[in-house]
Amino acid sequence: MPSWTQGRRPVTIAILAMGGEGGGVLADWIVAVGETAGYYAQNTSVAGVAQRTGATVYYVELYPGEQPRVGSVRSEPVMSLFPTPGEVDVVIASELMEAGRAIQRGFATPDRTTLIASTNRVYSMDEKLALGDGRIDSNALLEAAHAGAKRLIATDFMQLALDAGSVISASLFGALAGSGELPFTREAFEDAIRASGKGVDASLRAFAAGFDAAQAPSPRPSPEPMPSTPSAGSPSGPVPVTISRRRPVDPAEEAAEAAERRRQELAATDPAALVGPKLQAQAARIAADFPVAARSMLLHGAVRTAVFQDPAYADRYLDRVAQVAAHERGGDGRLTTEAARYVALWMCYQDTIQVAQQKIRRRRIEGVRAEAKAAADQLMNVHEYLHPQIEEIADTLPTRLGRWVAGSRFFSRVVGRLTRNGIVVNTTGIIGFTLLWLMAQFRPLRPRSLRFGREQAAIDAWLARVIAVAPHDYDLGCEILECQRVLKGYGATQHHGMESFGLLMGAVDAVAGREDAAVVIARLRTAALADEDGEALRVALGSLAAGPALAASNRG
Amino acid sequence: MAERSFAHEVQKLRAGEGTVFAGEGILAVTKALLQSGVAYVGGYQGAPISHLMDVLGDAHEILEELGVYFENSASEATAAAMLAASVHYPLRGAITFKSTVGTNVASDALANLSSGGVKGGALIIVGEDYGEGSSIMQERSHAFAMKSQMWLLDPRPNVGAIVRSVEAGFELSEASNTPVMLQLRLRSCHLHGSFTAKDNRRPPMTVKDAVENPRRALDRIVLPPASFEHEKEKIEDRWPAAVDFIRSRGLNEVLGAGTSDVGIIVQGGVYNTLNRAMELLGCSDPFGNTQVPVYVMNVTYPVVDSEILDFCADKRAVLLVEEGQPDYIEQNLNAILRRAGSEVALHGKDLLPVAGEYTAAAVTRGVHAFLSRYRPDVIDGKPTLLLPESDPSSPFAPRVGAAVVRPRPPGLCTGCPERPIFSALKLAEKETGKQHHVSADIGCHLFAINEPFNLGATTMGYGLGSAGAAALNSKDADRRTIAVMGDGGFWHNGLTSGVGNAVFNQNDQLLLVVDNAYSAATGGQDVLSSKADNVLRSTKHPIEKAVRGVGVTWARTVSNTYRIGELRDLFVKALTTKEPGPKVIVAQSECMLNKQRREKPARTKALKDGKRVVKERFGVDADTCTGDHACIRVSGCPSLSIKANPDPMRTDPVATVLDSCVGCGVCGANAHAASLCPSFYRSDLVYNPTWRDRLLARLRSGWIGMLSSGVERRAARYEVMEAR
Repeated sequence: MPSWTQGRRPVTIAILAMGGEGGGVLADWIVAVGETAGYYAQNTSVAGVAQRTGATVYYVELYPGEQPRVGSVRSEPVMSLFPTPGEVDVVIASELMEAGRAIQRGFATPDRTTLIASTNRVYSMDEKLALGDGRIDSNALLEAAHAGAKRLIATDFMQLALDAGSVISASLFGALAGSGELPFTREAFEDAIRASGKGVDASLRAFAAGFDAAQAPSPRPSPEPMPSTPSAGSPSGPVPVTISRRRPVDPAEEAAEAAERRRQELAATDPAALVGPKLQAQAARIAADFPVAARSMLLHGAVRTAVFQDPAYADRYLDRVAQVAAHERGGDGRLTTEAARYVALWMCYQDTIQVAQQKIRRRRIEGVRAEAKAAADQLMNVHEYLHPQIEEIADTLPTRLGRWVAGSRFFSRVVGRLTRNGIVVNTTGIIGFTLLWLMAQFRPLRPRSLRFGREQAAIDAWLARVIAVAPHDYDLGCEILECQRVLKGYGATQHHGMESFGLLMGAVDAVAGREDAAVVIARLRTAALADEDGEALRVALGSLAAGPALAASNRG
Repeated sequence: MAERSFAHEVQKLRAGEGTVFAGEGILAVTKALLQSGVAYVGGYQGAPISHLMDVLGDAHEILEELGVYFENSASEATAAAMLAASVHYPLRGAITFKSTVGTNVASDALANLSSGGVKGGALIIVGEDYGEGSSIMQERSHAFAMKSQMWLLDPRPNVGAIVRSVEAGFELSEASNTPVMLQLRLRSCHLHGSFTAKDNRRPPMTVKDAVENPRRALDRIVLPPASFEHEKEKIEDRWPAAVDFIRSRGLNEVLGAGTSDVGIIVQGGVYNTLNRAMELLGCSDPFGNTQVPVYVMNVTYPVVDSEILDFCADKRAVLLVEEGQPDYIEQNLNAILRRAGSEVALHGKDLLPVAGEYTAAAVTRGVHAFLSRYRPDVIDGKPTLLLPESDPSSPFAPRVGAAVVRPRPPGLCTGCPERPIFSALKLAEKETGKQHHVSADIGCHLFAINEPFNLGATTMGYGLGSAGAAALNSKDADRRTIAVMGDGGFWHNGLTSGVGNAVFNQNDQLLLVVDNAYSAATGGQDVLSSKADNVLRSTKHPIEKAVRGVGVTWARTVSNTYRIGELRDLFVKALTTKEPGPKVIVAQSECMLNKQRREKPARTKALKDGKRVVKERFGVDADTCTGDHACIRVSGCPSLSIKANPDPMRTDPVATVLDSCVGCGVCGANAHAASLCPSFYRSDLVYNPTWRDRLLARLRSGWIGMLSSGVERRAARYEVMEAR
């Protein structure tokens, strides 16, 4: 009987972490526990540049302190420097995608491995770079973690560590102890932390939290969503995009989703409760004239447009959505919901007045305090990094004045000099706050501004397209609405967004009437959000021009 | 100050005879040097042996007590040339560096050293940066041993075995008058283990003794006719002497002799992996009791012909496990066996991967293929890694979609001062409307080739960023080439190979020297231009002074790289000036890793002492952020991330600043310089406020409360306050 299958083999532990997360410390603790218990312990890692925020693997082997039989070649066990795929007993992953990597590399396997994985996400660079939403579905990773391990211990170990004022290595070490996979007592693990002598109390708190978490069941991935992409020609449209997105595991997002569900119910039963006293008429109109499914979004939109400008503006908003809603097919009210969403977002465009108003709201300052973890009465200053461009200032002024300012060389020189390298405004200071407050006071003048006129015209043109196609191609109508997503950012990014939007609308005109029009527009929009220089969109438009057949073949 | 301090661990180096010494491989090597009576040590830092240099630096007191001279060499060439001290004097000397890059740099000196030979033991400890975790081109140090005739030790990865190799290496060097290379693989350097220590030995002759008693011997100097004699000596005297020593000391091992009519030959460094493969296949146990004879080459050069022939004499077939390519040993064994008329079948790269690291999986598959052909009876184990990927029991069976696991290459740390440099360069390119050829160098700044900067086209070696742009110099072009160099590379050789060359050849390039006050990528060691006081070394020699010294006329030093707007303007100026010759910008700001290591404890102490402390961090207003992530595309900071949009109306994630933010200011400076968006803010949290702070705060909150109550009153007409 060979020694390996007989169980004369080391306990093998692989730790997948990112540089700077303390994976090395964790490995050292495990070695210390093992050695104290009389085990042979070996620990290796690949250091070097991998430690600079990159993904890296630490590997530990522990072998019971048995004596070799007489005449053995070696007096101590020969240990491997590599984790062997299929032969790793415990895999510890400091993050959910790293757990996926452990499975991909064959370290975590369903026949052997106890996988201890933190469910928090540290987004990879290409997830963060996308203009739209480049995030990987956490559920896919969680699903893999269940499939790729004999036993999964998963929770947000990062949060546990933060709550304890410590680092993730400590909570993961606790989970390893709590898993019972190693034949050492809890005290032995804790002694290793004590012996390391740094931040011991906080580490022990995080350890305890991790230990307890190892006893709890691991989260399950959310069920497969209904398709959110338009299915051309299907009689009953798919469910609204808001709840069809299959997102995650993150407790904060879960709470937000629950709150949204409660809101949806309230919107159906008592919409008046969701708006302030001066919008009751609008709430009544929403309840009377619009599908239930779209009400929550409409109420959001009404409040937002009213705060942005005034109740009359909210009425204008509802008028606009009503024009689109007239072509609603019933059911889930997707067209109306999307109109409610994107019309409001566009109508509340981010001009300097709006930004100033957002910056001085009380709840915003409270949010900043919470993020900075300020104590209740602790002093805190908030500095804004602003750099108003000449066009932005001209845009805010009444049309005639704005034109004059935009054309004035003197003015542009003065403003240019002031703002070329930006200005820093202390919102918590008297001058800074007053400045922003004054800017926000320009609100009543906004309807007479250059930009206001421009935006309203553009909104109407956009909605005219929706209204024109929606009766024949419902899905295309929805897709045109969603194209508002490319209108993002400020300055150069905003210009780029407007260009992309123009190209998309041109494409709408070109493909309207085609059977796959909605699919094509969805694909083009994705391309528009893929990069900043518009290359992906140009390529996609190029292949569209090359012929419908080719365009269709590029659909994936 | 190096990234990691070994001040505590080095006390272990005092361990005396019989005590058990437990620690990292690197520390054990240092102890072995001291036990061997080494007289002088030098080297150049670089993974995986950076820590060896750090340990030696932190152990300077112990070294001084023993009369051991230690130098942080300017380059690997310097370190290798240092071994000249062992040519005429019976001094034991050791040097260390990363290989093969370091060996490339050192090879001129090493070749000259090997020609004349040595009297005192000369040991070159190379950290073989090969396989996973490596940061360089994939090559073998083996070639250098062969071409210059230095012996190459490749001990099995066991701390005790490595220590014995160091000791034996000195003796072998002296017995054969030949420098000896000791190769430590990447993972072996960071291996934790233990061995029984001996007393440290004061060198019988110290450097001082040698200086005071100068000696020379004409026949050891590399100049004809001696050089022709050296080549003969190598073959006629030194090689046989080495073979005798290796045989008599039994440096190579035969395990499980006579157990089978097939055998396996393995490099010492791969032995543990081989034994694991054989355990998995059921033909060895944890204590190396193999059922197939194994010849462990702890010395991989020279190959001892007679040992090979002895091992193969009673065998039908032999498998050679030789990591890396070309297959030097396999070629050598084939020549030995053929010349001797041996019938044994030699396998190697036909059954094992030709290139790449010999991981447990690779070796297991190779050994399985070999034994399946010759001795299927000894196989008694079926590790799942042998299954095809299509088998659901395979560890590689697809359980996770390939697309959901994204690559995560190393990048610049949170707060890195090099990030704003590349942000500024990108903005300068935008402003001039021209893209440039960027010649990159070795160092953290090389991460700029990746997202989000995508700057840099080639990297030709340490300190060669400027030289790499030498040819791309045209009087007729409408733009100039940009070269990048770090302070480490600059002092390593870039001052002469790059700057001097550019001045002499009137090259028009813009050279950016990234000066973060350390050799940062290798672990934060000091260099000539470091700002820190260093009791052992002379620092604070400005780079700008050096470049002006070799004739650069357009040189500017920026002392705060976080001022992106200013840096952008300077780049634009440097890219457009009519001034001939190289334009040099020295961009200075301290490596954030090192800075935080210094400042964090100081801040904690100030807080405890009740002093006023302001803690800064950045944030993003989710309301104002439109989720276009332009800020991320000019930064790439690990602390600048995304989160789900808290606004129920919007779907795309918004930018967010994580708690790991150190408040370096890049976000704000980028928002300004790139005119990004008004979402960034900096929050300054005041601890232990003064009475003036408190008074001002009261005034402010009164005024602000008054103004904002109107704003809130208006909003309350429309909004219902709800928990978001």
